[in-house]
Amino acid sequence: MNRDSNTYTIVYAGVMVILVALVLAFTSQSLRQTQQKNEDIDKMRQILRSVRVQATPADAEAKYNELIKEAFLVNAEGQKVDGDAFTTDIAKAFFDHKPLPVFVADIDGQTKYILALRGNGLWGPIWGYISLDDDKDTVYGADFGHQSETPGLGADIAKPKFSQEFYNKKIFNSAGEFTSIAIVKPGKTAEGRDYVDGISGGTITSQGVNQMLYDSLSGYLKFLTAKN
Amino acid sequence: MGLLSSKNKLVLFSPVSKNNPVVVQMLGICSALAVTAKLEPAIVMAISVTAVVAFANVIISLLRNTIPNRIRIIVQLVVVAALVTIVSEVLKAFAYEVNQQLSVFVGLIITNCILMGRLEAFALGNGPWESFLDGVGNGLGYGLILIAVGFFRELLGSGTLLGYSVIPQAVYEAGYVNNGLMILPPMALIVVAVIIWVHRSRNKDLQEQ
Repeated sequence: MNRDSNTYTIVYAGVMVILVALVLAFTSQSLRQTQQKNEDIDKMRQILRSVRVQATPADAEAKYNELIKEAFLVNAEGQKVDGDAFTTDIAKAFFDHKPLPVFVADIDGQTKYILALRGNGLWGPIWGYISLDDDKDTVYGADFGHQSETPGLGADIAKPKFSQEFYNKKIFNSAGEFTSIAIVKPGKTAEGRDYVDGISGGTITSQGVNQMLYDSLSGYLKFLTAKN
Repeated sequence: MGLLSSKNKLVLFSPVSKNNPVVVQMLGICSALAVTAKLEPAIVMAISVTAVVAFANVIISLLRNTIPNRIRIIVQLVVVAALVTIVSEVLKAFAYEVNQQLSVFVGLIITNCILMGRLEAFALGNGPWESFLDGVGNGLGYGLILIAVGFFRELLGSGTLLGYSVIPQAVYEAGYVNNGLMILPPMALIVVAVIIWVHRSRNKDLQEQ
């Protein structure tokens, strides 16, 4: 067998590629279910953290089913529309102005509305969930995540120390206008709106969170201003 | 020839110290910078690279007499890429949180110079068992450095190890602060350099004239 002939080389490459494709397809198929479950559990934990509930991967599903009473999609007019809120692609929904998910949680008898957030940090996408009291104004809790922010700097938005700053802030000013919550450099203040301290050394990521809050909550504006 | 003859022992253990891929051959530095801000991702990365380099070595060694010479680099890349994809899928299924921390760096194992280096230099010319040992040895040598760097960066940069606080609160109250610089990539380079320094002063024969 001449190992340097063109036929041998082409056949070898062809057979190899087909074999590798089969192996990878098989791996992907057989692990898909476990992976999907991990992703769902991760999402449930994020949603739960936004209402100040810490869940482990083991009990996330039980806690989620216990606390989240309702999940629905709202369109730009603030009306409920058909669809599955949990599986909806949030990034796409914000980009295409499609209906956005709202999760309704019952915490000690009080209704909390959980809204999804999506934006850009320094290196990649950032996201989060923010929960509001039933006045749809006061923040009850928040949780942020990121794909690739700098560890120890921008990545600290995912830490409780940052998200806890949002507790009891208001997204409307005293005149009832939507202002969102400003993220400012530590020590600075923001006029006429509630603000929290950003991350030292993570300025661009902090600005990303600032922009994400404003943009994402704007998408829910009609829902937030609608009478219950 | 026994399974662990003296030659095989050398194949397995020399990459851990005298012929270490990172601190002597200067390969795989890129990922040593990227994943060592914390200890846990460093450990997972070490295990992943060891698995990939060991099995890629075995596969290439088994195929070595059939691979057409003109496309051998492509064949090696395909084998490595397939193994890395499998590792990445397995991590997603069974170590989801660590996989999120490692994010793109699992995929970038494909471009880790140690892999291509071992495949070209060793697996193409040696039997499967020796190649396996060589892969494990180089993986361990790489992993050892990664873990050492991760250890110092997490300890000095965040005051934790594997996420647990190890520096007592009293020390912080006395005025100690974590060194944020340790978390940034440049400090990984400096820590690697310090390890090389220590390694060379302990092994005089590695020093150039």
